Amino acid sequence: MRRGVVILAGALVLAAAGGARAQHESLTVPGTVTAGNGFSIQSDGSGEANLYIVGPAQVLERKVQLGQAIDFPADSLFNAGHYLAILSPSSGSAAVSRSFDVVAANQPAKLSFLAGPSRLPVGMHDAITGDAYVFDTYRNLIVAPLQVSFELSSPSAAPRSREVTTRDGAAWTAMDSSAKQGTATFIAKAGDISSKRIVSQVSGDPCNLKMSVTPAGGKLEVETDPVRDCDGNAVADGTIVTFTETYNGDETTVDAPLKRGVAKVEMPAVRGATISVASGVSLGNQVRWER
Amino acid sequence: MKTGAWLTVILFLATVALVFAGTEWPVPAAAAYAGGEHAERSASTPEAAVRDLCDAIRTRSWDKAHDSLLNRAEFSPQDLQRDLVGGYSGLLTYATLDSFDLQPLHAGASDAEIRLTLKWATVVGLTRTTRDVRVVRNGDQWQVDWPIEKRPTLPPQVIPVNYLRWDVIYRGPEDDWGAQDVDAPNVRIVDMHPVQRAEGTVILGELLNDDVVPAYVSVKATLLGKDKTEIATEGSFDKISHVLLPKQVTPFLIQFPNVTLSDVGSVRMTPFSSLIAASADPVIEIQNEHLNPAPDASLTGQLVNQGGQNVSIAHVLGTFYDRSGRVVWVADQYVDHALLPQTPSAFNVHIPEDLAREVASDRTVVASYSFGGLTR
Repeated sequence: MRRGVVILAGALVLAAAGGARAQHESLTVPGTVTAGNGFSIQSDGSGEANLYIVGPAQVLERKVQLGQAIDFPADSLFNAGHYLAILSPSSGSAAVSRSFDVVAANQPAKLSFLAGPSRLPVGMHDAITGDAYVFDTYRNLIVAPLQVSFELSSPSAAPRSREVTTRDGAAWTAMDSSAKQGTATFIAKAGDISSKRIVSQVSGDPCNLKMSVTPAGGKLEVETDPVRDCDGNAVADGTIVTFTETYNGDETTVDAPLKRGVAKVEMPAVRGATISVASGVSLGNQVRWER
Repeated sequence: MKTGAWLTVILFLATVALVFAGTEWPVPAAAAYAGGEHAERSASTPEAAVRDLCDAIRTRSWDKAHDSLLNRAEFSPQDLQRDLVGGYSGLLTYATLDSFDLQPLHAGASDAEIRLTLKWATVVGLTRTTRDVRVVRNGDQWQVDWPIEKRPTLPPQVIPVNYLRWDVIYRGPEDDWGAQDVDAPNVRIVDMHPVQRAEGTVILGELLNDDVVPAYVSVKATLLGKDKTEIATEGSFDKISHVLLPKQVTPFLIQFPNVTLSDVGSVRMTPFSSLIAASADPVIEIQNEHLNPAPDASLTGQLVNQGGQNVSIAHVLGTFYDRSGRVVWVADQYVDHALLPQTPSAFNVHIPEDLAREVASDRTVVASYSFGGLTR
């Protein structure tokens, strides 16, 4: 389809160029047309002609009477881009062509909002990014500058907002994650249109990891205090905590997941054993069992 | 008669003759695989007695294997089966005996001792089990005195399993462009360095799941020459624990056979991670880990499944460090029996002799799989 349109346009342009010196008819087109709006093209001369409007993904054909205005109703052209109007008189005179632009309506109707990441640790600088692309009713990217507002709100922190002017149809911002974990709502708004994304702010690395050891039967019950990050957020359940017990050159290790904020395991009760705890790259305390 | 018809008749008669010959006088190996009576041979030597037993094991003829044993009164055919391939679903449940090696340790007039190495073809490759068996002369025949190892069994019971589990919901096809999806987990290579071994270049390292969700991970390495051209690309395959819970660390080992380290200018590492539905259980305790020095350097210990669910296959990965804390080797072993709740099961990870002297400490992780679903 598109290739056919290009070939047709090329042929007509060549015909128009070839007979340019002999032409008597002329065509007056508007400089720009707003997508979806009605518009008018003025022709000069006499007799009948075919008028072709060729553009990206759209072609129109009209039989016209030369010397009259040719009216196109609303919704005739709705794809933004560069168009060619070609007038081909039935008299056999050379074709005449003019070009004009169809531009997006300056009224936002749709917003594409790319927010990321979907999940990140608390207290990260400029780590939450949002990109907004503003479109009109016909999904044409509005390249004229527009105000887009971004707002990031968390249950535990005051909402933060930014006003950004679009450039070539896009607006971009970066914001810090808050110090408290929780689900943040990230909203981009242009005119009356808004788009919402969810950003999960999760705890950071465990901080001040601490455990205690108590005898339980013939074994030792080793349990951490509630594990938190350096901002006081509870570290996510399922996070692996590694307990290591060394004694007489031997070692016992257990990788235990946090359940309800603590990790708990049973280990052999060996006199003189040293028990240590770690999670990821964070080290905790050591306990020497002397009983 | 035309030539084609003669040819048809000749081919038919030849086929009938070959089928008859194969049925009446099969080659011993084929008979053994078929499990027919022709597999039986006179156990006139200790080796022949052990071979007969192995042929019965290969065809999973447990009654026949049991009948051939000298000490068969001490245990049942089911005990023998449990001893060899396990009573619960495990690595050897769906394995076949690929081959076996016999190594005479002692030979006398009335008894002999043979080291028997059974090589099982399993889903994770060849797995060896070794037994020292005593063979005793009984009249003009030899019979195996099988060193039965009674495997623990669990009494019938219902064990509550209460564990964390993650599931993943991705964006649907109806979501428009720009709609949000859940990101892949953040993983980080915390250690990596190449070493030269006799078989080629090896990349060793450790990978950390830095996220708060489980991750399916793998690592790819590309060796670049001094002129920045690619020499080779390899992945960690099974020398890694593929499912990592939050803050869990796995070692990895990537082999480049026939590549010399001196030809390598740089290494490009590509860690891969994706979201995966996983559970936090079972917790597996690694008890009494011990580094045994050369000769036969190894890391030994026992695994204890602290959960309430059987673990079908346990994969033990040992990371070995030198005194400065640098990774010097990564080795692994698949435990060939299922891990039953609260029941210790031994493991033995081999350490190359030439590296054993450098090893000062180790860290062990266990990846587990349960039939019916990936656990971790």
